[in-house]
Amino acid sequence: MGAREVNILEHELVPQHVLLSKEEAARLLKRMGISKRQLPWIFSSDPVAKAIGAKPGDVVMVVRRSPTAGVSVAFRVVVRG
Amino acid sequence: MEGRVTEQVVRALLKPYVHVLPPSLAEEIVRKVVAAGLSEDEAREVVEAAVAEYLRNLVEPGEAVGMVTAQSIGEPSTQMTLRTFHFAGVRELNVTLGLPRLIEIVDARKTVSTPIMEVYLEGEYAKIREKALQVARELELTTIENVARAITIDYVDYAIVIELDPEMLENRGVEPRDVAKALNRIKGKKGSVEVEGLTVVYRTGLDDVAKLRKTYDKVRTLRVKGVKGIKRAVVRYDEKLGEYKIVTEGSNLVAALSIEGVDYRRTVSNNIHEIAEVLGIEAARAMIIREMKRVLDEQGLDVDVRHIMLVADAMTFNGRVRQVGRHGVAGEKPSALARAAFEVTVKHLVDAAVRGEVDELKGVVENVVVGSRIVPVGTGIVRLLMQYPGLETVAEGAGST
Repeated sequence: MGAREVNILEHELVPQHVLLSKEEAARLLKRMGISKRQLPWIFSSDPVAKAIGAKPGDVVMVVRRSPTAGVSVAFRVVVRG
Repeated sequence: MEGRVTEQVVRALLKPYVHVLPPSLAEEIVRKVVAAGLSEDEAREVVEAAVAEYLRNLVEPGEAVGMVTAQSIGEPSTQMTLRTFHFAGVRELNVTLGLPRLIEIVDARKTVSTPIMEVYLEGEYAKIREKALQVARELELTTIENVARAITIDYVDYAIVIELDPEMLENRGVEPRDVAKALNRIKGKKGSVEVEGLTVVYRTGLDDVAKLRKTYDKVRTLRVKGVKGIKRAVVRYDEKLGEYKIVTEGSNLVAALSIEGVDYRRTVSNNIHEIAEVLGIEAARAMIIREMKRVLDEQGLDVDVRHIMLVADAMTFNGRVRQVGRHGVAGEKPSALARAAFEVTVKHLVDAAVRGEVDELKGVVENVVVGSRIVPVGTGIVRLLMQYPGLETVAEGAGST
């Protein structure tokens, strides 16, 4: 008891987090016409950020299941913390 | 009449709109168009009309959605009963619901008034009651006090004598040697532990009565089994899912998730901060929505989820769970005038002056305060720069006269 693997990424409350490459992130910001700091944040100490290996400055795509849209995509920028 | 459209044809018709329509809406169109047995031309018309209608129904740029959300949640909540407690299906297990719970969520309280966990089980643990009970016993905190008939101090031998209750032992799934093991775990322990049937004797090896008394108090509440913070664990049969689950009083998500038999994919705590810590900010956002929706539904109030989603988004915007109180989200308003318009006017103005603050006049309140005729909401948010053909020549002409 106690020592078993728990993968929080499989938890039903945790939506899929996808780490974007530098190019993808740049393209996204260009398309939206915004700078990185205008995105919502996720801390690098966030358990999910750690699990997917996100570093400060990275952009994470969050694919949420939404009761209204079916699937909705959101983005967060990783900040130190 | 020509042939009816197939699913593939409708999907092809929707193709140009993949980035326009939300997936659920597109699916609904496919389903309904195919079910209605329309021709391809009719289907095209439906798709175009649906897209047009969808675009018409989108929120206008500049719409004060936060204001609408505040009103849409605020009004129904005045109709909520002030009743705090509700028996959530289990006797003696209180769960805060209704207005107090709603306030608790929105306030992002660090400590929840009635912390509970809903522990789902996996495999046969969810199907067999005995197996579920076994997990419940692993969860529920059992102290020596819980399984003892009597705990006495032997002042002659400086020992603590624990007489165990066989019924309680059975109930909690504890053996006398588990008690001995727990005693052996005491930090800085000097003495020895002996087990004789149902009696456990702990010879402390101390020589000071005051210290002995202190040890006695510690021994009473010593953890034998279970998870710290979980006062009770009740097995319940979930009719909807057709399986057993456990509801606990008190929460400790990290510990609970790693217990054998617990389905860590579904198990949740009602403490949003705990969720954020263990499962991340996105899970916290999802839980805020789930909990608020649950409270409102339970009271029979129909609030559009979009409002609740907006609240959750605002609360989790900067990576941690922040409260939305009477001063807005986490009480940070950049405008001194807006703050002054709300409460303790003079204090805010003086503080702002002392700090040499600059008001950018970007918000609504400060613009009303200074009497600006254009307030930055709705159409007022639009900045218009005019490029009037021939404007330069008019200006030049005006200069030459």
